[in-house]
Amino acid sequence: MAGTAVRGRLSWQVATVAAVIEETDSVRTIALDLPDWPGHRAGQHLDIRLTAEDGYSAERSYSIASADGEPVNITVERLEDGEVSPYLTQELRPGDQMEVRGPIGNWFTWGPHDGGPLLLIAGGSGVVPLRAILRHRQRSRSSVPVRLLYSSRSLADVIYREELDQYGRSAEVNYTLTRSQPPDWGGFSGRVDDAMLARVAWPASQRPLAFICGPTPFVEAVAELLVARHYLSGRVKTERFGGA
Amino acid sequence: MPFDGNAIGGLLLEIFGSDMTSAEASCATCGAVGPVAETTVYLRGPGTVVRCRRCTSVLMVVARVRGLNCVDLSGLAALEVEY
Repeated sequence: MAGTAVRGRLSWQVATVAAVIEETDSVRTIALDLPDWPGHRAGQHLDIRLTAEDGYSAERSYSIASADGEPVNITVERLEDGEVSPYLTQELRPGDQMEVRGPIGNWFTWGPHDGGPLLLIAGGSGVVPLRAILRHRQRSRSSVPVRLLYSSRSLADVIYREELDQYGRSAEVNYTLTRSQPPDWGGFSGRVDDAMLARVAWPASQRPLAFICGPTPFVEAVAELLVARHYLSGRVKTERFGGA
Repeated sequence: MPFDGNAIGGLLLEIFGSDMTSAEASCATCGAVGPVAETTVYLRGPGTVVRCRRCTSVLMVVARVRGLNCVDLSGLAALEVEY
């Protein structure tokens, strides 16, 4: 099979920026108008291709932030040394266009038929596909129990906070703040560890379905902790964003 | 830091014509079997390199040359897609 050359078949389409929503100082949600979008499932991502006037092009993958059936939204975090994210988070305006292909990835997805109980664990902007899962669960009126554990540097860095806090009792949302906490902070502090999971994670006997998304070291550490808690490896789904 | 197989979902869809993140990859070196999504992926090199999460052997290499994707799958014993 080595050395076989194959022509590309997945096609790019032109997306128009419908709106931008500033989420935090460094994170922005971009609503895309995609006339030929075939629909997506919660947890999937898409690829973006930007081409400069001199022909140089760069491709990046971004998780879809919206639920099945909703217009396509992506949420982008600005990386200071990034090549694409500073443009998307600072320069891009409604009406601008870019090339998009997708939806992509059937592995890191959830639908009501996949069941639960669901344990969603996010590091930083890893919350984006998990937010799509939460929204899809609510929109589909699924009664699958869900808990979210969201690790963020500070409260100001929490993405979708207003939306997440609205879930009340219908979804258990837990935050842990790793770098700074407000004086009256009632949530968790520090990195996700076994003691935190002892309080948040469903017992393995309930056959929970876990989704972990975030920077690579975060995902690996949390996945190891869950497997040590006897979660079945086939029911611990992971998506790694690379990063520091 | 490396990514994982989710990050090459688009590239593999382009090459194979169907979603491969859920496909089961078998490592020709150590025999580990798992979804492509769980492999270790290096995007920043001159090509895309996919390694076995257990033994770190190279499973796949994709290099784009003059508009063609050159695909080396010799590190795989099998790649199984559910229809």
